[in-house]
Amino acid sequence: MRPKKAKKIVFKSAEEMPIMICSVGDQTHNLTGAWRNIRPEIDLSKCIKCGICWKFCPEPSIDVVDEWPVVDYDYCKGCGICAEECPAKCIVMVEERR
Amino acid sequence: MKKVIMGNHALSYGAMLARSQVISAYPITPQTQVVELLSEMCADGSLDARFIKVESEHSAMASCIGASVAGARAFTATSAQGLALMHEMLHWAAGGRHPIVMGNINRAMAPGWSIWTDQNDSLSQRDTGWMQFYCSSNQEVVDTVIQGFKVAERLMIPAMVVLDAFALSHTYEVVDVPDQKLVDEFLPPFKPEIRLTPADPRAFGGLTGSDHYMELRYLLQREMEKAPALIEETGREYEKLFGRYLGLVDPYRCDDAELVFVTSGTAGFTARVAVDELRASGVRAGNLRVKVFRPFPFDRVREVLAKVKRAAVVDRNCSYGAGGIFYQEVKSALYGRPGMPPLFGYIAGLGGRDIMVDSFKEIAADAMSKDRAEQEIVWIGVKK
Amino acid sequence: MVEIRFHGRGGQGTVVASKILADAIAKEDKWVQAYPEFGVERRGSPVVAFIRINDKPIYDKSRIYAPDHVVVVDPTLVEAIDITEGLKPGGMIIINSDRRPEDLPFHGKFEVRTINATAIAVKHKLGSLAAPIVNTAIAGAVIKILGLAKPESLATAIRDGIAIKPDDNIKAAREAYEMA
Repeated sequence: MRPKKAKKIVFKSAEEMPIMICSVGDQTHNLTGAWRNIRPEIDLSKCIKCGICWKFCPEPSIDVVDEWPVVDYDYCKGCGICAEECPAKCIVMVEERR
Repeated sequence: MKKVIMGNHALSYGAMLARSQVISAYPITPQTQVVELLSEMCADGSLDARFIKVESEHSAMASCIGASVAGARAFTATSAQGLALMHEMLHWAAGGRHPIVMGNINRAMAPGWSIWTDQNDSLSQRDTGWMQFYCSSNQEVVDTVIQGFKVAERLMIPAMVVLDAFALSHTYEVVDVPDQKLVDEFLPPFKPEIRLTPADPRAFGGLTGSDHYMELRYLLQREMEKAPALIEETGREYEKLFGRYLGLVDPYRCDDAELVFVTSGTAGFTARVAVDELRASGVRAGNLRVKVFRPFPFDRVREVLAKVKRAAVVDRNCSYGAGGIFYQEVKSALYGRPGMPPLFGYIAGLGGRDIMVDSFKEIAADAMSKDRAEQEIVWIGVKK
Repeated sequence: MVEIRFHGRGGQGTVVASKILADAIAKEDKWVQAYPEFGVERRGSPVVAFIRINDKPIYDKSRIYAPDHVVVVDPTLVEAIDITEGLKPGGMIIINSDRRPEDLPFHGKFEVRTINATAIAVKHKLGSLAAPIVNTAIAGAVIKILGLAKPESLATAIRDGIAIKPDDNIKAAREAYEMA
């Protein structure tokens, strides 16, 4: 799992800024999981460990740990692409618990 | 080495000698030969560059931006409608600080469908943040591409090298093609501080909030303000190696002039012939050729015009609803300064209509007969 | 300053002729400017090209309206257009023709020289019998008649600028130079 210590960077002056518009740190302070309305839940008993959910996740918020997929809910926005692509149909999108 | 080459090939030679690494372009009359020769150079190995074929000018500039972000020296060329189609990407290139050099052949914007010269295509891009250099000879074209890369990469601001359709693009002239070794000495390889590389992963061109956007634009303008001095300094370095000075403006017989033409492009050279002939007939004329439009050389223009009795700005373009575009710039350069001469604005040569020695004589007769401009635009050679 | 206008038809190499000539003249340390008529060309349609030659740099970038000399690459153009338009009094007309100068209509008004460039091109198998490429033969005659360049300079220019049959083109230019 990635560290989540990063803070939002705000430059105090133009002189400190890189001249090109590029990321200077990471965006891990921005916990996009809070945007989620539906969440993926993986039924590992049906999982065939093909890695397709990991490959398709656009964020990317699915890690493979000891060959099994694990969703990082701090960042998963709930787009549902993993559930759509899963060939074993072992991922379902369920309404987010608030 | 002296060669007789067309203006379009002068652009190609400039890009080759600068050791461009990526060339991406889409063909359009009257630019076609620029990329024809460059693609031949890439194919036969005389230029070690990747030639990217694309389906539009928008994509041509997009690939140049990608190449530049990755740290490659990128070159492209276009004209008129092609430049207009690139417009969005021109903002990306300048705002993203990618020092691409592009040749633009000045061709009139359609409609009416035209392949002939005027400056409205490039001048319509004046607020995109690109530097703009206007050439009057094929020699200047080669020299400007090489110097353009140096200035662009020093400031991380892209540069447009502009030449007139046909009057330069298809005209063969004697050009002293610079020696590759000397060019290498003058122009070191492009090594940007920040670039797209797996060794230092970054995302480029992302969302920029109100915390930072204004600072980015402040930095772009601040670097642009450094450009005039840098262009002159680079010009002197180039002069030491090649014996030719480019600079910002080219004043000709201006010191004691009662009338100075302010010109650009090929008309800026024809004006010199008119100046000599007018002087022979007793009119103390001069010519101030403006070579760089962005950044506008306000100081140099003021210096020259402060010494003259009157100035006639000759525009091969029109900002509809305002007037000649160089005229507007020169006016703003002189505004509020004491001792500046009255200005007269002329529009000539749109859509490839010829600007001749006689056109300048007509302008001189008009300007010399008045104390001040009676209207924003005096049209030369129009069938009213 | 010397200004010359070339008349030909698209596909005959008129523009290439002006370029080769410019190249040859530049080798004699002169300043030269050559350009085609600003527009679009089609095979068979009349085309025009121009050359300016000077001892000093050429600053005039406007078109040529009153040439000192006219070169006619295709004799059939004489009936189609006014090839003498704007030609300065005393100007020379060099024309590709098998006729004698005194048999041509503008003889007397202007100085006329003829060169049978078509026959030379056919002899050296340049182009086809139906469409011989006469530009190098014309160039050979022009440099001799107007004293613009040495035949060696023209030969170098042809070798640098013409990829197809450079040797035959050089021979044709040389033959026209001797005949003119």
